[in-house]
Amino acid sequence: MAHKSIRPGEGRRAVPSMSWRPAATVAVALSGLVLAGCAPGSPEASPTSSDKVSLKLPSDKITIKIQDEAGFPVTDKLADEFTKQHPNVTFKVVRDSFANLTANAPRLLASADAPDLIRLPTMGDTVKDGLLTNLDPYFKGYGWDKFSAGQLAASRMSAKGVRGEGSLYQMGLGYSVTGIYVNQKYAKQLGLSGAPSTIAELERWMAKAKAAEILPVQIGMQDGVGTFALQALINQYGDKADLVDWMFNKPGATFDTKASLKGATTFKKWADAGYFPSDVNAINYTTMVSNFQAGKGLLMFDGNWDAAKTDKAMGEGAARFVLAPPAADGGAYVAMGAANSFAIPAKAKHADATAFFLNWIHTDSKARQIVVDVTGASPGGDPSQALPKVKDGSLTAQALAASAKVGSDDGFVDFMANTTAGIYAGAFQPDEQKLLTRRMEPKAFVTAIQEYYLKELAG
Amino acid sequence: MTNDVRRHEDPKPTAAALRRPDAGAHAAGAGKSSRHRSRPPVERSARHRLVVGWLFVLPALAFFGAFVIYPLITAVRYSFYRWNGIGASVWVGVDNYVRVFTDPELLISIVNALVLILFFTVIPVASGLALATLIRTMPPGPFATIARTVLFLPQIIPLVAAGIAWSWMYAQTGTINTILDSVGLGFLAQSWLAGFGTALPAVGLIGSWVLTGLCTILLLTGIGKIDTSLYEAARLDGAGWWREFVTVTLPGLRQEIAVLVTITVIAALSSFDIIYTTTKGGPGTSTLVPGISIFRLAFTQSEVGLASAFGIVLLALVLLAVLPIQLLARDRD
Repeated sequence: MAHKSIRPGEGRRAVPSMSWRPAATVAVALSGLVLAGCAPGSPEASPTSSDKVSLKLPSDKITIKIQDEAGFPVTDKLADEFTKQHPNVTFKVVRDSFANLTANAPRLLASADAPDLIRLPTMGDTVKDGLLTNLDPYFKGYGWDKFSAGQLAASRMSAKGVRGEGSLYQMGLGYSVTGIYVNQKYAKQLGLSGAPSTIAELERWMAKAKAAEILPVQIGMQDGVGTFALQALINQYGDKADLVDWMFNKPGATFDTKASLKGATTFKKWADAGYFPSDVNAINYTTMVSNFQAGKGLLMFDGNWDAAKTDKAMGEGAARFVLAPPAADGGAYVAMGAANSFAIPAKAKHADATAFFLNWIHTDSKARQIVVDVTGASPGGDPSQALPKVKDGSLTAQALAASAKVGSDDGFVDFMANTTAGIYAGAFQPDEQKLLTRRMEPKAFVTAIQEYYLKELAG
Repeated sequence: MTNDVRRHEDPKPTAAALRRPDAGAHAAGAGKSSRHRSRPPVERSARHRLVVGWLFVLPALAFFGAFVIYPLITAVRYSFYRWNGIGASVWVGVDNYVRVFTDPELLISIVNALVLILFFTVIPVASGLALATLIRTMPPGPFATIARTVLFLPQIIPLVAAGIAWSWMYAQTGTINTILDSVGLGFLAQSWLAGFGTALPAVGLIGSWVLTGLCTILLLTGIGKIDTSLYEAARLDGAGWWREFVTVTLPGLRQEIAVLVTITVIAALSSFDIIYTTTKGGPGTSTLVPGISIFRLAFTQSEVGLASAFGIVLLALVLLAVLPIQLLARDRD
């Protein structure tokens, strides 16, 4: 900039030549660099193949590097316990905020000193770019076929980038389940007991609360957290396989279904009826949870990860955890549930030892206990294996029981937010905000989401 | 602040002043004229001075090159590719630029940023002028000092913290609505950041709040530089405060205003922190700004090429808005 503005104090004539020469030089140099420079990025890569692996823990001293999100201490506890049982293995855990970690994950995977285990919520292009270790050999070797296939489905990806099929690339440190938290004080006051058996009954609960001037549902849409409630409806209104195919990006799958339309219609109806806070678009996830814990609202759609904290904040017995009800009485339970997924980078130095560690987390009774104690989530693994002990009547215990019920109904589905990398912030969040404030009709909403999906897949 | 004033009046020639013998002539002109009338020793010393000057500039230039010029060039390069930041890339020519100008969502973010100029530039500079004129007329003393300090305080608060604090104040049960309630305007109370019509002005006003202090202090310093005899002359001629403001204060502050407009327009067009902590671009797309869009494209959607192209467009937009201001301020000199 400084060069461009240099010009003589007098003599206007000189201005063009003096000021444009450096600018032109810069432009020529720039375009030369741009054109001469070869394409950025690495050459065309392909997903990692399933090489021969060792299922034994090496006996020499090694350090496994874990890259995890902040505020998720389960890896620390698991690492400590593992080192106690296998003293030659130590751990180095590095943490960053969830948002930073997801933004940087591809670059961390590609770097020369990639970690051995990384928290990776979405796989995105990482499989296609050959950045993740293919876990198939470990799957066969350790007998992970005994684990719930539904819980692992989202961790599979084909060479074409379709999830739910192909090789396994992730494992969970705890598997979540979403449902509805019920404020017991209000439930008693309104004479509501047990769990609603149908969506219609759930709506009667909301109407009763509204009539008694209790906020029926504590929910927020500033950051899109209320999508839990929308999906709880869509899950029940149609064949869940259609929704799953869409979330896994199967060719030809669409969000424009009768189930989505009906779900969006009911969701909007609840908002129009005043069942949601009037400032729903200003409430984010943190505010929603703290509002509910402060007694604002009869119901809250949320996952088991808040179970222990809610018990602590409200006192045990002050809230209950129930599953979102089916559309018709006696229908199967469907609930969002996902692995707190971790992957082994292709560049990991101790892939075998890390896979051994992952298997240990799913099978060792102490490790399973740690997963439940710290995360409140189901430890996954072989369903026939005994569940860790939890305090009777605690929210964590209720959530674990709910998780088992959904598992036996084969009712786990992924979160719609994970459908593509940008769809949550780019489409669900803004369009649901419009849907809830009478700025968008359900039909337009469903179309808009599908359009965004197609646009993003086309890249 | 006083340092600034002293630097202007300091008679000791600094390196910059040596290369700029008088206010109007610039380095290139000076170099040329010295070459014309030079005798050998003078030329040598001039050349020597030039070498020394470049040596002084070199470290800064190296950093500038490594952290500004090089990233800028790579961004231009990326903008011609479809690339996820890691894997293989595909040359797409100007496709990314076409998308920036045809995608309605990206266009909305540019429009929103232009609206923010009203809140980041017009309001702070206007209220800064009013406040600076007011404080100037105050007798010097503790009250004026306190007023100045309080006005400047928002400037030292990180924007992220300001965003979070303001989002509490704007909430349904926040301070703003409590105040409205207490003065009998409770019917106006609403969740300011959640409303489609109120969200953009609400986040814009956070910007006004942050930037007004900076404007006031800088303009106050500028007023301090204006020759007081001009005010006396104006008053002798029977000028009122308005006349005085228009004929003496405003022209005297032209440079400061140009600087402030430049800084604040850039702040408006490249705003990110305040929006990210308060609305994340919502409700709908009513507060979506280029900063948020670029961040999402690059780090959520891994569309590094498109994000780079949008970044370059934003840069061009900033230059387009700022260069005329610079020229305007300079040409009248």
